[in-house]
Amino acid sequence: MAKTVKFEIKRQASPDSPATWENFELEWRQGMNVISAMMEIAANPVTAEGKPTTPITYDSNCLEEICGSCAMRINGKARMACSALVDNLEQPIKVEPLSKFPLVRDLQVDRSVLFENLMRVKAWVPVDGTYDLGSGPRVFPQQQEANYPLSNCISCTCCMEVCPQFNEDTNFVGAATIAQVKLFNNHPTGKVFKEERLRALAGDGGIQECGYAQNCVEACPKQIPLTNAISDVGRDVVVQKIKDFLRG
Amino acid sequence: MAAPRIIVVGGGLAGLAAVIKIAEAGGHVDLFSIVPVKRSHSVCAQGGINAAKNLKGEGDTTDKHFDDTIYGGDFLANQTPVKAMCEAAPGIIDLLDRMGVPFNRTPEGLLDFRRFGGTLYHRTAFAGATTGQQLLYALDEQVRRHEVDGHVHKYEGWEFLSSIVDSKGSCRGIVAMDLRTMEVRAFQAEAVILATGGNGAIFGKSTNSVVCTGSAQSAVFQQGAYYANGEFIQVHPTSIPGEDKLRLMSESARGEGGRVWVPRTPGDKRPWKQIPESERFYFLEEWYPKYGNLVPRDVATRAIHKVVYENGLGIDGQPMVYLDLTHIDRETLNRKLEGILEIYEKFVGDDPREVPMKIFPGMHYTMGGLWVDNNQMTNIPGLFACGECEYQYHGANRLGANSPRQFIFGGFTAGPIAVKYAKNVGAAEGDGGTAAEIARQTEMNRQLLKNEGKENPFRLWRELGVTMTEHATVIRYNKGLKQADEKIVELLDRFQNVSLADRTQWANTSFAFTRQLYNMLELSRVIVQGALLRDESRGAHYKPDFPDRNDEKFLKTTKAAFTGAPEGPRFEYEDVDTQFIKPRPRRYDAAK
Repeated sequence: MAKTVKFEIKRQASPDSPATWENFELEWRQGMNVISAMMEIAANPVTAEGKPTTPITYDSNCLEEICGSCAMRINGKARMACSALVDNLEQPIKVEPLSKFPLVRDLQVDRSVLFENLMRVKAWVPVDGTYDLGSGPRVFPQQQEANYPLSNCISCTCCMEVCPQFNEDTNFVGAATIAQVKLFNNHPTGKVFKEERLRALAGDGGIQECGYAQNCVEACPKQIPLTNAISDVGRDVVVQKIKDFLRG
Repeated sequence: MAAPRIIVVGGGLAGLAAVIKIAEAGGHVDLFSIVPVKRSHSVCAQGGINAAKNLKGEGDTTDKHFDDTIYGGDFLANQTPVKAMCEAAPGIIDLLDRMGVPFNRTPEGLLDFRRFGGTLYHRTAFAGATTGQQLLYALDEQVRRHEVDGHVHKYEGWEFLSSIVDSKGSCRGIVAMDLRTMEVRAFQAEAVILATGGNGAIFGKSTNSVVCTGSAQSAVFQQGAYYANGEFIQVHPTSIPGEDKLRLMSESARGEGGRVWVPRTPGDKRPWKQIPESERFYFLEEWYPKYGNLVPRDVATRAIHKVVYENGLGIDGQPMVYLDLTHIDRETLNRKLEGILEIYEKFVGDDPREVPMKIFPGMHYTMGGLWVDNNQMTNIPGLFACGECEYQYHGANRLGANSPRQFIFGGFTAGPIAVKYAKNVGAAEGDGGTAAEIARQTEMNRQLLKNEGKENPFRLWRELGVTMTEHATVIRYNKGLKQADEKIVELLDRFQNVSLADRTQWANTSFAFTRQLYNMLELSRVIVQGALLRDESRGAHYKPDFPDRNDEKFLKTTKAAFTGAPEGPRFEYEDVDTQFIKPRPRRYDAAK
């Protein structure tokens, strides 16, 4: 028999249904990744035991690790499925949904909490309008090089999944949002909301919930300097708190 | 009067640009997207965005940008909208800069520009090699701000099924499906803007994202909207072949000095490093000394095709050529191209700073699209289109880094015009056709769920992709195009026997996909038949049996109309607006 690849995929028909595991054995192909394996299953939805099943529900879009859709747990690790090359993974390859977000179906979860957090911290530059107002503020290359990595965040939520503090008890916003606060507070126009952003991170679920486990920075597929962002913003939050206290 | 209600479908650059303009004008937007808008395909645009800012002392002007775009598109684009777009581009760059896009900078803190294909000027502003991602985020952030202010309501995780057309033929809203509950629901609006992107999925594997199926365009085409220049699709010269998709290797790799070559000896087995400079064939530089590696995409694609299939010089006899950056120092590469080099490293396993990349052309961009007038409106009043899903800015071939600019300009144009239209349109008669459209869509779903055939939709899709890639991409023959059309008819027939392995009504992705597949099949006939009828070679459309451009017969926009008849769409032709630049031969072996 041709070389094959073995998968164990966690299935769950709906949020209220019981979870089960299904095994799949697929023909190995050069350059195969977890996504192409699931495409293969959709074209031939049969388990390793020969039992007909349904195609797997999962989020995906760009398949280039830039849209942030296909985050899942692969062999226990939160990562993007498109860049998970089968040849680099131990078999059977275990695939599960992210565990810290409400499950929708199979490997699909609801990560809208991150987008809500971005609203809370006003993660935007408040331009006057979109009509032509001439060029933007000058930005020196050194500053661009500091901001660009932060702007690469793909909202995959891997940093939140692996964070021990990201749970219902703490309501912690997570590293991704904190890094965006640093990005917009650095911007010459964006910084007009600096105080508001810092106050939004000062309360319940704010930056003080961080336990410095440093899992986030290891899990980030974009190598964003998350722990640096947390310490920088954390310092700013403390300063802001003192200012607010002194002002009464 | 209440604020006009406008629906925007699609949350990429064009859709979000339209949303922002409508919100600014005081309108209310319902924004529909299959994926959270921040995950739209625009994030994949890598290289940059063009505008003739002339910050490099080269004497660049918007007129030159206009000429490059028209010339690059082989004179098929209507010139009035293209001219307006080129003139608006510098202002759009400034706006994006003000919104916080982290564009690369010169030492003085000004915007930096790079060169791209089809021009001799440094005209492309860029943010590393992830410009599209950065542009989309900037617009996404502004939309989020309007969402907080209550001007925008997002319906993320909803799929557009059709437009609602009233008894007078005007668009009055849309029918969409919730991709979790599978509920089919009508949404009424005074105007609808489609910004639903390209149709790469019709070709099976492409550089496009999963959602780029062309399904929405096809649905409204089947409701009476014209589809224009469908036969013009762009095959990008440099993509990385993969099992699940073809990943784009940005043109910026060549813009920063990347060189394309193959060994001069067929089947040369030596590792690349042992092949001396004199035995390397830099075929783009030899064949096109003026533009070299930066010829436009259609020219580069055909050259690679030729060197592989006619000259038999593919690496190891495989359909691949080298794209070499190893002569450029690591520091420069990391600063300017890190994002794309990481993609290659991650998905192939080699470091392109040390080893030349192996690349091959792949389906990339849809020049054709819904026919629109100079106000971005389709022939269905009240239904607008902007972005890659419409046809009017690139003619027969798109130049690199011209698309992000077109998307934003198109959205900025469509938004305010839709607001104006919505304010004046007046109330619909009765329910405006809503109940009938809901009934039609519900019946289609019911039929699909009860089908008891043997066909798997994903396998039908693969067959479609293989046929389209073989017959309707780089080189086209009428015989092959006829075969492709016959194959599509066969697939449409077999579609009637599609059986869903999953009939549940919760987050059923294969059900949604099967609905898209039908629309892909209908649209693929527009592409294939349009190509069959166009007996000439122009831009990306190349027929060896008709190697020359034929302005007398084909300096015309193709317009396809849906008939529902077995022979497929009906075609008609419309004159191209060439009032500013007289068509002249297009060649890149010398300065134009």
